[in-house]
Amino acid sequence: MDFLKDPLKVAADWLLGIFAGWGMAELWADILIAFLGIFVLIALLMLLDILLVWIERKVVSRFQSRIGPNRLGPFGLIQPFADIIKLLIKEDTTPEGADRALYNLAPILSMMAVLILWAVMPLAPTILNVDLNVGVLYIIAAGAIGTLSIIMAGWSSNNKYSLIGAFREAAVMLSFEIPMLTMMLIPTIFAGSMGVAAITQAQDVWYFFLAPLAAVIFLVAAIAELGRSPFDMGEAESELVSGYNIEYSGMKFGMFYAGELLHAFTFGGFWAILFFGGYRFFGLEQVSAFLAIAILFFKAFIGYWIIMWIKYTLLRIRIDHMLAFNWKFLTPVAFTLLMTTAFMNALLADAPSWLYVGGMFLSNVLLAWAALETARYYSRREREKVEGTQKVAPT
Amino acid sequence: MSAWVYVALFLIVGLIIPIGAIGAAWVLGPRKPNPIKRDTYECGIETVGDTWVQFKAQYYIFALVFLIFDVETVFLFPWAVKLGQLGMFAVIEGIIFILILVVGLAYTWRKGMLEWV
Repeated sequence: MDFLKDPLKVAADWLLGIFAGWGMAELWADILIAFLGIFVLIALLMLLDILLVWIERKVVSRFQSRIGPNRLGPFGLIQPFADIIKLLIKEDTTPEGADRALYNLAPILSMMAVLILWAVMPLAPTILNVDLNVGVLYIIAAGAIGTLSIIMAGWSSNNKYSLIGAFREAAVMLSFEIPMLTMMLIPTIFAGSMGVAAITQAQDVWYFFLAPLAAVIFLVAAIAELGRSPFDMGEAESELVSGYNIEYSGMKFGMFYAGELLHAFTFGGFWAILFFGGYRFFGLEQVSAFLAIAILFFKAFIGYWIIMWIKYTLLRIRIDHMLAFNWKFLTPVAFTLLMTTAFMNALLADAPSWLYVGGMFLSNVLLAWAALETARYYSRREREKVEGTQKVAPT
Repeated sequence: MSAWVYVALFLIVGLIIPIGAIGAAWVLGPRKPNPIKRDTYECGIETVGDTWVQFKAQYYIFALVFLIFDVETVFLFPWAVKLGQLGMFAVIEGIIFILILVVGLAYTWRKGMLEWV
């Protein structure tokens, strides 16, 4: 019973007893236990990451009416492990004129930026990982390391395609960080805390119902942050071949690839936590910590699946359109939504909860409608202007 | 023990695992570099000239605009945390602050800095 509720504490107490028996000081025993726990968590994440490769390949092949890996093991499940072995025994070439220190550091940082995001991921009511009171800012800060690693990879490879890819990727990531930051402010307003665990625990009503538009904008900005299609300017394979990681081979490339997949899954998780109640599901999370983890992962997989769905459905957008989309549409809408939410939150503070939820939901829907109509009006005007100046030959 | 000790442990483990993977590849993989293999890749032809060509200044402008917004948005986090307790007055103040940001964005837009030229 205890083990089901709080497996981490039971395991930690057991280990503490063993280490105390060896005559270890309590402080060092605590640190060692934390280290072991984190190591196990990250090792399991890497295992999940290997399976994500399989999931991604299976899903994309279904989207494209193919079968996908199906030779090794049942449903091709062993395929990603074979890929790992292949990556391990590949020759790792370093291009001429590469800045060796940065070149080798970039894939490590790219993986690390994703792994440290899990430090603030609350997995279950009893497994909060690190309950930082500035959790939301920590997510942004860890994301900045990812941007840095891409700049490092592109710059140090001494390749024009890499450099262009890195510049583009950095411009996109920087730009879309503004709406993402703004949308993270909205759960912060509702919960009255920046802690990710506190935001989860405050969600008696999923924040998706309080701010549906915020959830959508957050997802769009997150996809751009991840550098996935339709925002994958940095690795546009039809023009830059592979972008910032073009000169990488073997395991170093594997780190970029695995990092990207795990990053997408992690952001599916944060989407679930910020807007869909994280591990909470009608009190089921109190039954067992394992059940809570399963609920969180189920929600995270739904988010991840939506990200994949968008990736394999939409075409890549040109860089100027993408930046215009962010600065001229997403950012103004995000700021307007933030102001509206703050205002409505204060206005409806004493209202009954049905009025509060309904008012919030309606204001979001109205704002989304107004934003889309405005965008439609101006894009039509722009289109007419362009069509007026250049005569298109009738076909 | 401070929560940041755990974050430091996460950083350490997060570094160890990728270093371990790349290190394993370094031990297991062959290493026979030759000049042709180490050539810079460029779509089937030899690379022409220097990598450090002139670059579009537009990226720099976007980075500048980003910097202003990023710093200002961080100021909004304490406001958002305490918003529930501060009431309408703080909301109006916050809205005025955000409007100043939006005016900055509108100015950048009017100046044509958001165009990709």
